[in-house]
Formats: sequence, structure tokens, C-alpha cells
Amino acid sequence: MAVSQMISVSHVSKRYAGGYQALQDVTFAVESGEMVFITGHSGAGKSTLLKLIAAIEMPTSGSVIINGQNISAMKPGAIPFLRRNFGLMFQDHKLLFDRSVYENVALPLAITGFPRREIAKRVRAALDKVGLLGREKSRPITLSGGEQQRLCIARAIVNRPAILLADEPTGNLDTAYAEEIIGMFEAFNQVGVTVVIATHDESMIERLGPRILHLDHGRLGP
Amino acid sequence: MNWLLGHFDTLRESLLRLAQQPFATLLNILVIGIAMSLPAGFYIGLNNVQTFSRQLSSDPQISLFMTMDASAADVAGVEQRLRDHAEVDRFEFVSRDRALERLKRSAGLADVLSDLGRNPLPDAFVLTARNNDPATLESLRAEAGRWAKVEHVQLDAEWARRLDAALGVGRLLVSLLGALLAMALVAITFNTIRLQILTRRDEIEVSKLIGATNPFIRRPFLYLGTLQGLAGGIAAWLIVTVAGMALNLQLTELATLYGTSFALETLSSRDSSILLGLAAAMGWLGSWLSVSRHLWQIEPG
Repeated sequence: MAVSQMISVSHVSKRYAGGYQALQDVTFAVESGEMVFITGHSGAGKSTLLKLIAAIEMPTSGSVIINGQNISAMKPGAIPFLRRNFGLMFQDHKLLFDRSVYENVALPLAITGFPRREIAKRVRAALDKVGLLGREKSRPITLSGGEQQRLCIARAIVNRPAILLADEPTGNLDTAYAEEIIGMFEAFNQVGVTVVIATHDESMIERLGPRILHLDHGRLGP
Repeated sequence: MNWLLGHFDTLRESLLRLAQQPFATLLNILVIGIAMSLPAGFYIGLNNVQTFSRQLSSDPQISLFMTMDASAADVAGVEQRLRDHAEVDRFEFVSRDRALERLKRSAGLADVLSDLGRNPLPDAFVLTARNNDPATLESLRAEAGRWAKVEHVQLDAEWARRLDAALGVGRLLVSLLGALLAMALVAITFNTIRLQILTRRDEIEVSKLIGATNPFIRRPFLYLGTLQGLAGGIAAWLIVTVAGMALNLQLTELATLYGTSFALETLSSRDSSILLGLAAAMGWLGSWLSVSRHLWQIEPG
């Protein structure tokens, strides 16, 4: 069973400098190919948990094991290579507004070192999946909120990650757009991608009846 | 192969980035070029003076002038003393007539001399000492000066030796100036790259988040700094070479007026490659320091 465990979080606490306790004794595991929602009020520690899984931050105590690798025990030089297994969607998008839509999506592939022709092929495929194929040359600032969110998805999936981590992907979107985005996540999950989504919007996910991890003041609730 | 293509792409991207801000890029290149052309120019100047002085001081000679009323017997007496002297290696007698001939041939003074009517030059000996250290030369000069009918004894090479010593100081100053301006180049590059890092902060942060290694992030900045340094080096080379050519034109004219020929040496291909290599290396160093100093400050989290 351990082989299929994609994410294993055990007894993880995170205390920030200054004494703020973001997470306390959190333990759970996500199987390969599973789709999990992390819910909770704002400030409950959802973002912190995603950052720990993506090795952007390190736990104060406990262990985070991704695909068999303990992130606390990794050499700093190895972490970039671990991160290439993830598709990340950030709460604040982190799009590059001085680059075109195409260049934003191409960035993860350039980092991995794909040849330019391969990059072009994959970027088009990713943009096609999110319905932005015609907007390659646009600047992200000219896109609507929903389109920007879809651009984030394209960037997250372009390197065909094993794990998709999304922080409030339906944040400011109206219901129709949000449904569409969640639908895309379901589609990726169906082709075997492990998906972890943090959201405060629980109404959105009732329909799906997925596995839910509920955080309350840094603790995993029932 | 992919690795090489990656470097090629980075090079292309860095050139584009420099071209995107033509004014700032040109200003930077100009500043670096001027800063580097100063020590390079002084270096060439020194080399030329050195070549010139070497030609003159290679064989320190002593000139011994007889008085105008010295008779053939007096000259023979001095010649005998020179032949017997332990410190004299060899000597040559230059009669007044031959001296006049030589003078007419060499310095473009033929017209003046032929107007003079009579030969103003004395008989002279040009001698070379066995030992060229200053003390020996000086004692020989003093001793010969006391001989009968000897008007004046002169160490020909003395001024050249002083010049050579002054050149030593000059070389030291050029080295100091070069070192200081190399540091300035490093500082200029450091600052350019710092600004680049600040404007591309978001890109660096996102890149780190999605798995970019530090060498990958560093690479475009190192290329940028090195290219800027190299371009500055080329600017310095152009400044020095064009200035040298312009100066040469004027000097040739001047030399023609004096009836001699003279040409300045410019940067040799070896010096040129050192100049360009050094400029590129300083650019690389400045950007490396800057990237190392600033990249860790951009840690996502």
C-alpha cells in the first residue's frame, strides 16, 4: 500500500517565526490518483499545508513524504527536481504580466530544459485543453478573471505533473466559471493525476462528494 | 545537446534583453568602454615611450669631446689613455669632419649646417665601458674629464635611464589605475544586474516555485553581465584604436616635418584579447557577485 501513497503527512506542525502556529499535529495520506479537497475558514492553514506538500516551506516538526521522499531530509539542490512533479496553482495566480500567454505556459518546460519545438507542441496542447488556444500572443492582463485562472491551469499541467496542487482555484469566480474549473480538475484526475485542492467554498464541492480534509485552526477536524 | 541549446537560447535571450533597452545598454557599454580605455591607452603610451627609450639606452655610451683647439697630438694622447684604460671596452674616434657629415645626414639640419660656414663640432670619442653600472660609468666620466684638452664628457644614456626609472613608476600607476577601473567595472555590472533582478523578481520567484534550479536562474544574468563587459571591452578597444590612429596621423606629419619617420604602436592582438577577456571576466564577476548576493533574498514562501 505504501507504494501507491503519493503524499504522506504525519504529525506535522508548522510554527512561523513570531510564534504563529499555522498547523498542529496534522496526519493524513493521499493515494496516487486520488482527488482530495482541503477545506476550512480562512487562516485555518490550508495554504500552509499546500506549501509544505510542495516543499516551499518546511515543517517545524513531523514529516512530509512525497512519492517516497521526505522533504525535510532532501538536499536544497534536489528540491527543484521534486517540484517538477507538481503542477501548482497559486492563490495570487503568480502570472508574469510582462510575458505573453504562450511564454507563461512555456516557463515550466523551459525550466525542465525541453527543446523549443517540443515546448511549442506541449504549450499548444495545454492551451487547447483550457480553451485559450487563440490567445497565445495576448498579455495575461487582457484576459478575464476566469481566463486568467484557466491560464494558471494550463501552466500547471503543461509539464504533465503527477500531482496537481491548487490553492483557492475558484476564488473570485462566479458559479458557472467555478463549475468549469472544477470540471477540468475532475478530467485531469480521471487520467490519473493526483489532485489536492484547497478551498473555503464548500458549496462548490457537495455535488462531487469527494474526500474532504477539514482544517480548523491548524488541526485536522472530523 | 539540450544543455547546449539551452545555453544558446539564453545567449539569444540576453542579447534581445540588451537590445530592448538600447539607451541604457549603450550608456553602460560607453561607461565601461571609457573606464577601460584609460588604462589601456596609458599602457600603450608607456609601451611606446619604453620602446623609444630602449632604442636609446640599450648600449650606454660615453661621449668625450675635445676642446676646439686640441691638436692631433692631444687627440692621440687621449686615444692612448683610452686604449690603456682597464674600464674601457671599446671606443671609436669621431673626427669633427665625420661628425658634421653624420649630423647633416640624420636630423634634417642640413640646411642650417651648410649656412653655418664653418664646422662648429669638436673631435670626439664615443666609448663603451666594460661594466655598465652607474657607479663605473660615473667614475669613468669624472676621470676622463680631468684629462688634458678634454672639454666635456657626457653619459649619453643617463636621461634614458632616468626615463626608464620614471617608466617603472608609470607602469605601477597604470596597474593601479587598471585595478581600480576593473573594480569600477565590477561595480557597474553588479548594479546593472541588481536592477535586472529587481525588475524580474516575479519571474525569478515563479521559476523557483515551479522547479528552476539556482544555476538555471543565475544563467541569464551571468550571460547579461558577461556580454555587457565584453561589449564594454570592444568599446574600449575601439576608443583606443581610433584615438591611436588619429594620433598617428598627426605624429607622422610632425615627424615628416622633422625629417624622420615615427609610428605609434597600437594594441597588439595579444593585448587586444587580454583587454576583451578581462572586460568579459570582470562583467561575469560583477554579475556573479550580484546574483549570489540578491538571489537568495528572493525565496518563495
